[in-house]
Amino acid sequence: MASTEEIRTGLAEIVNEITGVPADDVQLDKSFTDDLDIDSLSMVEVVVAAEEKFGVKIPDEEVKNLATVGDAVSYIEKAGS
Amino acid sequence: MSEPTVPGGRILEGKRILVTGVLTDSSFAFHTARLAQLAGATVVVTGFGRMSLVERIAKRLPHEAPVLELDVQDDTHLDSLAERVGEHVDGLDGVVHSIAFAPTTALGGAFLDTTFDDVSTAMQVSAYSLKSLTTATLPLMPSGGSVVGMDFDAQVAWPGYDWMGVAKAGLEATTRYLAKYLGERHVRVNLVSAGPVKTMAARSIPGFDQFEGVWDERAPLGWDLGDPEPAARGVVALLSDWFPKTTGEIVHVDGGVHAMGA
Ligand SMILES: NC(=O)c1ccc[n+]([C@@H]2O[C@H](COP(=O)([O-])OP(=O)(O)OC[C@H]3O[C@@H](n4cnc5c(N)ncnc54)[C@H](O)[C@@H]3O)[C@@H](O)[C@H]2O)c1
Repeated sequence: MASTEEIRTGLAEIVNEITGVPADDVQLDKSFTDDLDIDSLSMVEVVVAAEEKFGVKIPDEEVKNLATVGDAVSYIEKAGS
Repeated sequence: MSEPTVPGGRILEGKRILVTGVLTDSSFAFHTARLAQLAGATVVVTGFGRMSLVERIAKRLPHEAPVLELDVQDDTHLDSLAERVGEHVDGLDGVVHSIAFAPTTALGGAFLDTTFDDVSTAMQVSAYSLKSLTTATLPLMPSGGSVVGMDFDAQVAWPGYDWMGVAKAGLEATTRYLAKYLGERHVRVNLVSAGPVKTMAARSIPGFDQFEGVWDERAPLGWDLGDPEPAARGVVALLSDWFPKTTGEIVHVDGGVHAMGA
């Protein structure tokens, strides 16, 4: 299984590809909406791309609990282990 | 490799179906496309706006399907639609309209203050587009076909649904007139009136959560807000040859709520 940093980097690439936010800005303490300015449809696409990249399932109910990049990384970490 | 089948069997074997309105994997359109493929159909899908997301979602279908862009407010998209669809299939047997939009000012309780501009957007995208989509695809249905749209019961007022409710009433009436004018061409036009399901469109309706629980309580068959499949099955049934003399109809796939007084 990928390390926390590998997942963060992978997620940062996805966020960058979908929203244009520089990958370096996608740090664990950043909030998707408040800091990175990601709207709900972009968030849906990030989730779909992350599911494919990491081979996990992130249910809709779960997405609203993923406020920060760190939340998403640890969810993917748990879901993939 | 044996493929998964639907309980109803391959009732769309050999049919060519255009499914509009795919956005996420909860979209009614996604499940309609999925079940149509499993029922034997060749499917072409369309999406709007966020095409990269639509492409990703289309990859989750059981079989690969061509993805086209369609903004029903853009005449160039509509005018070129038959030609673009024609690059993938030699005609159509069915068209699914699964499209709706209303500006936020037209939803959520501001009914008395909504401007006509915003109302007209809701009407164009959510009601008039059934007509534009149907006429745009008519050249591909020279010997008839089945057009199915997605409705939410417009006979009563709902909390927050506001001008979208008015647009749905327009969609219902549009269906009846299309049925009237296209009967001679053997094109059937019907709606599935679905119970609430948590899709992107539903999430953008302020107060949608007020439906939670209420629906399940009132539906004699029960209702799952997380499951778009029952309504999608209804659409597949209407696309099939098993409703040969049904047109201008609204089939309720809502757990039975529309028939209950309380
Ligand atoms: N979700 C519900 O509770 C519910 C209940 C009854 C009926 N419906 C109807 O089902 C249909 C599909 O909605 P859904 O719930 O699957 O949500 P959805 O958000 O997945 O689908 C709505 C679709 O409309 C498309 N759209 C918006 N503006 C457009 C435009 N200008 N041109 C082309 N497409 C456009 C969006 O891209 C999206 O694909 C809609 O007609 C909706 O009103 C939904």
